[in-house]
Amino acid sequence: MTAIDQNAGAPTVARRRQPNPVLAFIRFQPLGAAGLLVILIMAAAAIFADVIAPYDPEAIDFMAMLTAPSWEHPFGTDAFGRDIMTRIIYGARTALTIGFVSSFVGCSLGAIIGVSSAYFGGRVDLTIQRFIDILLSYPIIVLALVVVAVVGRQPIAGIDINLILAIAIPIIPRVARVVRSAALAIRAMPYVDAARAGGYSDAHIIFRHLLPNVLAPYLIMLTAYVAQAILLEASLSFLGLGVSEPKPAWGLMLSGDSSNFYQEAPWMIIFPGVAISLTVFAFNLFGDSLRDWLDPKFKT
Amino acid sequence: MKALTLLSAAAVLLALPAAAQTETPRRGGVLNWAIAAEPPTYDCHATGTFAVMQRVAPHYSTLMKFEPGNYPNIVGDLAESWTVSPDSLTYTFKLRPNVKFHDGSVLTSADLKATYDRIINPPDGVISNRQSSFVKVASVETPDPQTVVFKMKEVDASMMTNFASPWNCVYSAAKLKQDPNFPAKNVMGTGPFKFVEHVAGSHWRGERFEDYFRKGHPYLDGFRAVTMSSSAMTNALAGRQVDAEFRGFSPTERDRIVRALGKDAKVQESSWLLHMIVTFNTEKKPFDDPRVRRALSLAIDRWGGSASLSKISSLGVPGGLVRPGSEWSASPKEMEQWPGYGRDMAANRAEARRLLKEAGQENLTLTLMDRNIAPYVTAGIFVIDQWRQIGVKAEHQQVELASWYSLQNSGQFEAFIDSFTQFSDDPSNVLYKYASYDRSPVAVHRATDRELDALFDEQARTADKAKRIALVRRFEKRLFEQAYSVPLLWWQRIVVMNDRVQGWTMSPTHMIYQDLGDVWLAEK
Amino acid sequence: MLRYLTKRILLMIPTLLGVAVLTFFMLRVVPGDIVELKLRGDGGTVTQEVIDRERTRLGLDKPLVIQFADWMKGLATFDFGTSMWTGRPVAEEISIRIGLTLQVAVMAAIISVLIALPLGTISALFRDTWIDYVVRVVTIAGLAVPSFWLGMLMIMGLLTYFHWSPPVTYTPFLTDPLANMSQLIWPALAVGYRYSAVVARMVRSSIIEVMKEDYIRTARAKGVFERLVVGRHAMRNALLPAITVVGLEFAFLIGGLVVTEQVFNLNGIGRLFVEAVSRNDFIIVQTLVLLIAVMFTVVNLLVDLLYGVLDPRIRFA
Repeated sequence: MTAIDQNAGAPTVARRRQPNPVLAFIRFQPLGAAGLLVILIMAAAAIFADVIAPYDPEAIDFMAMLTAPSWEHPFGTDAFGRDIMTRIIYGARTALTIGFVSSFVGCSLGAIIGVSSAYFGGRVDLTIQRFIDILLSYPIIVLALVVVAVVGRQPIAGIDINLILAIAIPIIPRVARVVRSAALAIRAMPYVDAARAGGYSDAHIIFRHLLPNVLAPYLIMLTAYVAQAILLEASLSFLGLGVSEPKPAWGLMLSGDSSNFYQEAPWMIIFPGVAISLTVFAFNLFGDSLRDWLDPKFKT
Repeated sequence: MKALTLLSAAAVLLALPAAAQTETPRRGGVLNWAIAAEPPTYDCHATGTFAVMQRVAPHYSTLMKFEPGNYPNIVGDLAESWTVSPDSLTYTFKLRPNVKFHDGSVLTSADLKATYDRIINPPDGVISNRQSSFVKVASVETPDPQTVVFKMKEVDASMMTNFASPWNCVYSAAKLKQDPNFPAKNVMGTGPFKFVEHVAGSHWRGERFEDYFRKGHPYLDGFRAVTMSSSAMTNALAGRQVDAEFRGFSPTERDRIVRALGKDAKVQESSWLLHMIVTFNTEKKPFDDPRVRRALSLAIDRWGGSASLSKISSLGVPGGLVRPGSEWSASPKEMEQWPGYGRDMAANRAEARRLLKEAGQENLTLTLMDRNIAPYVTAGIFVIDQWRQIGVKAEHQQVELASWYSLQNSGQFEAFIDSFTQFSDDPSNVLYKYASYDRSPVAVHRATDRELDALFDEQARTADKAKRIALVRRFEKRLFEQAYSVPLLWWQRIVVMNDRVQGWTMSPTHMIYQDLGDVWLAEK
Repeated sequence: MLRYLTKRILLMIPTLLGVAVLTFFMLRVVPGDIVELKLRGDGGTVTQEVIDRERTRLGLDKPLVIQFADWMKGLATFDFGTSMWTGRPVAEEISIRIGLTLQVAVMAAIISVLIALPLGTISALFRDTWIDYVVRVVTIAGLAVPSFWLGMLMIMGLLTYFHWSPPVTYTPFLTDPLANMSQLIWPALAVGYRYSAVVARMVRSSIIEVMKEDYIRTARAKGVFERLVVGRHAMRNALLPAITVVGLEFAFLIGGLVVTEQVFNLNGIGRLFVEAVSRNDFIIVQTLVLLIAVMFTVVNLLVDLLYGVLDPRIRFA
């Protein structure tokens, strides 16, 4: 992805003279629009989980152990008699929260670091670049595993801060590098020099002139990394290093001994996997289309 | 008439080979079996993990052993005969003649002495995990090459069990003299199989030792222990890539394998000398209050939980501190008198709420530390759900085994799901888990209770069985009142193998009967 | 060119040193160490004194700076230390496993190119038609399906429909190609499908790029058959960029195997890594991370050089 992301760092935001950008997006990017629709549905499920979900996601019901899908339990139940549909709906909350927050934290820090690096140049830039080189030498999951081990597993106020950190940290250098190259081009523009000559503070120039202009690659990467983050959270939970039971999370539903139930309760394996795939798929579709839409270089 | 005799004779002749096939062990073949986890060492004195025990057991012998098919009766392994003095202070063992090590040297009493000295007084750099079991031994003497004598400082009712422990592998004195840590990286004993290779992360191989002292044994040409994750094991057995696994499966795993193997599947079940425990940190408020601990124990529906959890996990029946069903155990009727074992859950929960209220902890929230593997996770989910029913909110903190140990030792926990396993039901072996913190390194509840310690010491020197059982009951009663650590459920051991594996003995512990000397493969 | 190369190689040194420092000190912040786990296993009754002695033996009680210096001194003489779990040399632990991991990675890379080349080409040739959409959906789906889940479905499918499961131990390819393949083809498929999405995207855009060039434009025909003929020319030109992406993704592929090796029970460095992390076997973890970082940096350099060769517009500055 590195090669492509670097190309994505085009300095200008595409300006389309369309009467309605939403309609235009749907017309020219039908796949992206479909992805967006799925994302919105998932988000709604996550937000209104308490209202939509038919059961309590953590309540054990031994009378309903391993029930096949039925009207009562559309996706069946697991070994503890917990309703799988309920756990998938609440799982959307876990996945989207961790996915969005860690992508947002990672991309934002990355953007700020990248822009500062480009703006200040010189020794600051060199130092930051070396740090980024170091962090980039770790494959994402390797760095995430190390961070998980370091931070431990204690959730703070019910939110898995450790997981968010583990996923956000590997994102930072990747975003910083792309944003830096985009910002370098803008920094060379005459109006930046003018602003500086006009006596504006560094912070003012960074926040008013540079950051808005790297918005396009930022948004593209934000959506792309939400998908990555959701997958990473699922993988970590699958390895038993992510979200803790009994909290509902999709990767967790596939971990441990759940695969032993595949013959008598295949629904335990199928639905969580579909939920992960569908959500990541939707974010990828949307992200791809957004890239085409915002980045004229790819819109040949 | 004559025709009839001929006919019946023919029938007998026909029947004989068939009978022989199932009765007489067949020689030859290599047994492939699965094992989880990598061994941290090859030295059985230095560790407590089955990952070492099940791999090295085929290569070593012990002084005494548990009789196959007649657990917990003890018979000789290297010992041919033995006597115990009337005052129980002298144990004399006569060794079998002409027992050979894999390098061809002959075993003598010097090897036994070197082995036991290494366990009792480990030289520098040698780790002895069971030093504490032999603290009452005064000396090990060797009057002649075939005789070993153990002199005791005081009576220890568990001594014969300790001599039969699978962990006391007998090493060669010559090798230990060269390098006291020889067994940590080499495998050389008097067992039925010679060590061939260990490919880390992949497999461990052994081949038949032709000079094994039990003539005609082993039947197998060799064995290969394949390292794999527990989820891969089920697939490998179902796909016939391996023929056995000796630790145990959950009921769902059993059903999966049986469904795949059909009539070729052989299932053996037993209670297991392994139990799940809920341990409280008695140094942390409010768990320093026995009312709070007792309330949390009372809230757990052990009988109901057992009925359901035993269908989906390795968790089995409720029990006390000793294995339910063993000679030392309380009867279910006696158990029902303990707090948290009564059948009337509504009453238990009401009492639990009352105790919490009395302690001023009606809105108790806590963090339950747990491991991140089955069935620990299952137990954690269950306990949290039970506590929720008395208004206690618990956060589940699942950690890797290494941090699990470090958090218990540094006291950075409120409550956690613990477990304990031993190779025998002997009360000293198992009650040790529940003694005072300063007495026992495995008593992780961090409490000191001299009344428990006194009961422990008394049962340890009581040779009379009925009296010893009564002392165990008193120990249990005191523990349940204080509830520093309380048993949750005992595990069930379910061993599933391909039916072609014959001659293996089931028992309540996965640490014994693993020398594979009697195991053979039927033709298929 | 030579100057550029020297500069890049010299830059690698501080980067790798940084990785070493960061990894080393991050790991020592992890609560607890390996000793207890090693001695107690699942139920030993070892005393604190024994634990302390083992801790000393492993050098875990020395100051961190000294421990780090020891590690660096070892590295300088290619002595990577010994695993704190097994006591075997780290180099040995890695060398018995790396063959398998590299083989699966190479196979997965080949599979991803085999899937991506035709799909990416078709997608480009029929750009913005329903064919393009279908192909893109298929490849993007590859990126979305977690490979561990795909792996689980594969194993279950094999067991359910063929009553067969892949072999459990690794046989080197040269010893028995069939046994080797029947074990490793499945993880390679699961990982390869996933990476084909990335490659297909690259193939698609580079073919679109190539198609704009003049010689193709003159040869451009209107019928489907002619388009395919054109596609063959374009595909040849798109091959190199595709391989570049594969190279660039290779280190990620190794990362991706971390999870997949668990599912397929492969004795590779991915599983070694996860197990070492969970046991706090720092020596193994820090060496593996450094090894992966070296591979990653070298591959990056090679890819950059390849870009330079392919595209003279890129200036080495």
